[in-house]
Amino acid sequence: MVALAPTYGARPLAWREPSPLPGFHLAFGFTLLYVSAIILLPLAALIARPWEHGLDGFLTAILQPRTLAALKLSFVAATMAALVNVVLGLLIAWVLTRYEFPGRRVVDALVDLPFALPTAVAGIALASLYSPNGWIGGLLEPLGIKVAYTPLGVFVALLAVGLPFVVRSVQPVLQDLDAGYEEAAKTLGATAPQSFWRVVMPALAPALITGFALAFARGAGEYGSVIFIAGNMPGVSEIAPLVIVTRLEQYDYAGAASVGVAMLGLSLVALLVTNAAQVALAKRGGR
Amino acid sequence: MIGTVAPRRIESGGPAVLALAALAWLALLIGAPMATVFVQALSKGLGAFLDAFKEPDGLAAIRLTLLVAVIAVPLNAAFGLAAAWSIAKFNFRGKALLLTLIDLPLSLSPVVSGLVWVLLFGARGWFGPMLEAGGIKIIFAVPGILLGTILVTVPLVARELIPLMAEQGADEELAATTLGSGGWTTFRRVTIPNVRWALLHGVLLSNARAMGEFGAVSVLSGHIRGLTETLPLHVEALYNDYDFVGAFASASLLAGLAIVTLVAKTALERAGHLAAAKGSAF
Repeated sequence: MVALAPTYGARPLAWREPSPLPGFHLAFGFTLLYVSAIILLPLAALIARPWEHGLDGFLTAILQPRTLAALKLSFVAATMAALVNVVLGLLIAWVLTRYEFPGRRVVDALVDLPFALPTAVAGIALASLYSPNGWIGGLLEPLGIKVAYTPLGVFVALLAVGLPFVVRSVQPVLQDLDAGYEEAAKTLGATAPQSFWRVVMPALAPALITGFALAFARGAGEYGSVIFIAGNMPGVSEIAPLVIVTRLEQYDYAGAASVGVAMLGLSLVALLVTNAAQVALAKRGGR
Repeated sequence: MIGTVAPRRIESGGPAVLALAALAWLALLIGAPMATVFVQALSKGLGAFLDAFKEPDGLAAIRLTLLVAVIAVPLNAAFGLAAAWSIAKFNFRGKALLLTLIDLPLSLSPVVSGLVWVLLFGARGWFGPMLEAGGIKIIFAVPGILLGTILVTVPLVARELIPLMAEQGADEELAATTLGSGGWTTFRRVTIPNVRWALLHGVLLSNARAMGEFGAVSVLSGHIRGLTETLPLHVEALYNDYDFVGAFASASLLAGLAIVTLVAKTALERAGHLAAAKGSAF
């Protein structure tokens, strides 16, 4: 009798807090079914596949020079592009929040274009711009700089793809940053650079790290906007996702899954590092 | 709004230099590629541009792209509503894990989002032989394209709704229930009106991503012209055939979709007072 009484407030072993609202079982059931079918089952297939020939099979697939070079290119180019985007994304967010100029709202909306533009469209446009007879490629050619069909092309494509992540991460923080702090720093005799580095930057750092992480994650896995401009020379300008495509074309499922798992693992490590950086930063701030 | 920063007019040299640098960078990175699409599409005149849309394979690609979006977007919207209803209005254990799983597809490479379905349903996949025996084709056919698109876009509506509905709480729904309203009526008359702008916002972003998806679909399509080519894949095929006018003409359609999406998105954000897209919105 006692055990059957409803126990509002104290909830001993129930996995769900009771609620008079209906529809939980239907909504939760559908959610669970959908997540299992669309996310969990495919992910299980990915994680289970590389071990067909044991750990050796996985390592052989990953440590092949061509695969290693592709993984290195994808992750190094993504890191460098995200770093540049942190600087220029901050600049753009700063200009958009601090200054009034004609067309500011239009420019603000345009920042999202790389999000909205299909990657294949960005890909062929960049390839045509930076090819030796393109608008920009033609200007760089006499200087001896080749962008299209080189690793530099991968970097340029990732610059475009990653920019909105940094701008949109930093912008809200910059908008809500109390201008009073900067005023106070100025009144107390701080120079503009001092107030920027000592007052503005510490407040922005977490958002900048978030923006970096998002731009990096997107860049490391990017495919459509890169393959047209990269030239895809094995060992030189071939990116990791393309290695997966090539392996699949040869029906080497285990090999393709190995590269996929390696990419997932590397992204996870990067995520852990950026999270650790956030935690360290929060501790320093809370001193 | 004490403390927030109001943008100021540029009156001195320093800010002017910063603003010009920012605009120049945006013009180089975003403006130039966008302009290229339309200039190249029209480089042989309007006639050649329009001819690109008379080609049957191109029309088939447009039809398939629309079909995929018409199926994938409502499914993900229904999922987003169900997930947000259970996660935001109820308390249960394992919520954080469920949220992490829902976000997971955002950190997958599009190619991996295609690969996983090949591992399940491909000729050498887990269920491949079974499907083959039953004469069902998923990979290199429309169902595969659909699955890849759904996986890539699955979090987009849910992510818009969950934080908003969590913030709104369940008070209004509880009041309606107390007054004798049934579950579906409460959902239709109380919940949906409260989240309508965010829902539309999520649907808009899902649609843009679904119609423009390339990596996942490229792995799953088999590239059969007129049958399994979506518009982005058709752009690739034309480009690889050196039919640049055709490729950029088709691309201009997708670029137009991107512009319409951005305009609608800005309008929705203003109408619903939604926060502008955070870093990972798309």
